[in-house]
Amino acid sequence: MRRVVVTGLGMVSPLGCGVEPTWQRILNGESGARKIETFDVSDLQTKIACVVPRGDGSNGTFNPDQWMEPKDQRKVDDFIIFAMAAATQALNDANWHPESEEDKCATGTLIGSGIGGLNGIAETAILLKERGPRRVSPFFIPGRLINLTSGYVSIEHGLKGPNHSVVTACSTGAHAIGDAARLIALGDADVMVAGGAESPISRIGIAGFNAARALSTGFNETPEKASRPYDKDRDGFVMGEGAGVVILEEIEHARRRGAKIYAEVIGYGLSGDAYHITSPSPDGDGGFRSMSAALKRAGLTPSDLDYINAHGTSTPVGDEIELGAVERLLGNAASRVAMSSTKSSTGHLLGAAGAIEAIFAMLAIRDNIAPPTINLDHPSVETAIDLVPQSAKKREINVALSNSFGFGGTNASVIVRRLAD
Amino acid sequence: MSDIGERVKKIVVEHLGVEPEKVIDSASFIDDLGADSLDTVELVMAFEEEFGCEIPDDAAETILTVGDATKFLEKNAKS
Repeated sequence: MRRVVVTGLGMVSPLGCGVEPTWQRILNGESGARKIETFDVSDLQTKIACVVPRGDGSNGTFNPDQWMEPKDQRKVDDFIIFAMAAATQALNDANWHPESEEDKCATGTLIGSGIGGLNGIAETAILLKERGPRRVSPFFIPGRLINLTSGYVSIEHGLKGPNHSVVTACSTGAHAIGDAARLIALGDADVMVAGGAESPISRIGIAGFNAARALSTGFNETPEKASRPYDKDRDGFVMGEGAGVVILEEIEHARRRGAKIYAEVIGYGLSGDAYHITSPSPDGDGGFRSMSAALKRAGLTPSDLDYINAHGTSTPVGDEIELGAVERLLGNAASRVAMSSTKSSTGHLLGAAGAIEAIFAMLAIRDNIAPPTINLDHPSVETAIDLVPQSAKKREINVALSNSFGFGGTNASVIVRRLAD
Repeated sequence: MSDIGERVKKIVVEHLGVEPEKVIDSASFIDDLGADSLDTVELVMAFEEEFGCEIPDDAAETILTVGDATKFLEKNAKS
């Protein structure tokens, strides 16, 4: 199998537009959570979310006009605009702008979303009921479809290789990166633009996750404290929005053109819980098997891991189940591994979470630093694993694993390693 | 220049994101203003909304230029 490396990164997150602004704010221990001001929350149990800071594009703010023509923005839900922004950033970062037909056909797209155009579907349903079918826009369908993330990116950049997408709830971003790496490993493409995007912050999105008892409801007045994985006072996840995209590349292709290489994707594991639609299996066996499969693919043992970016959403049930699975995996190596949840800062970006968190795992390797789990004041259980409470920690990190677990009992783990010279 | 003509041009500029100077009566939505088939469907919907009238599909198929739209709406506009 061919080897796959990462040569470009792009991101839109609640901490800012761009990889570096987001990463700096994570290392500073900042939170992207705030009160929702864009729609009425008076009758919603949850009144907060991790919202992308909109602005003119300066100081890390997100200006959609920089990434998509205003006339096209009108046709799509925000998740597609986020995907376009992150993909363009990543391609620029990788300095990969295919012009020849051969290069275009060797470059594919595999960007997913957990839910897609939820808000546009809700608004159009109201329009349909109130005004009738003749008022439904011809852009209604293509502007909500999840794979139109890949579609728009492919059209914008002329990418004619595999044009694919993933929909696996909160595992989407991790599956997209893992599957795209396999397409390169098997020779279907030399370069893949891969990741996830999500724009769930809407009345119907909050109402739906509230009904499923998944969101934090007790921190509406102190939003920056709401996402607190592993802490005894955690009461649910904080919804986030944004996108993460990476450029994956066959290693010799990257070396020939002198691309900078962030890390090598060496392991990818997948599993199913076969247990419940929203709850993880209490024994954590699904997560354990996905991590084990990734390690096996990487040819590593648990003691080779330096850092784990946890799924850790801050739900009462999920965090401890994942922690138990990781402890079972690591055994005696538990005390030498750091594991943090960057969702404490970013909130939960659902289908984009696995993508931005794989990027954080790569940056942890690049900078030899473990990002913190903020708001971890009083861990609910004792563990030998360093959960990196409150402050980032310098430590040697050469191998990092990122976990993502989704509704439907779908689990994915991605392992990246510093490329040895 | 009719008032209807001005309102038509404003809608075309907004929906297609084109320079106002290019929106002349002889301009074809698809050949001159960069619209695709979905854009033209949406344009017709916007005309219906603005002018309070229904534009049947067979009539919509004959509206290919800015001038076509103005001419049709001068006869059929209700608001």
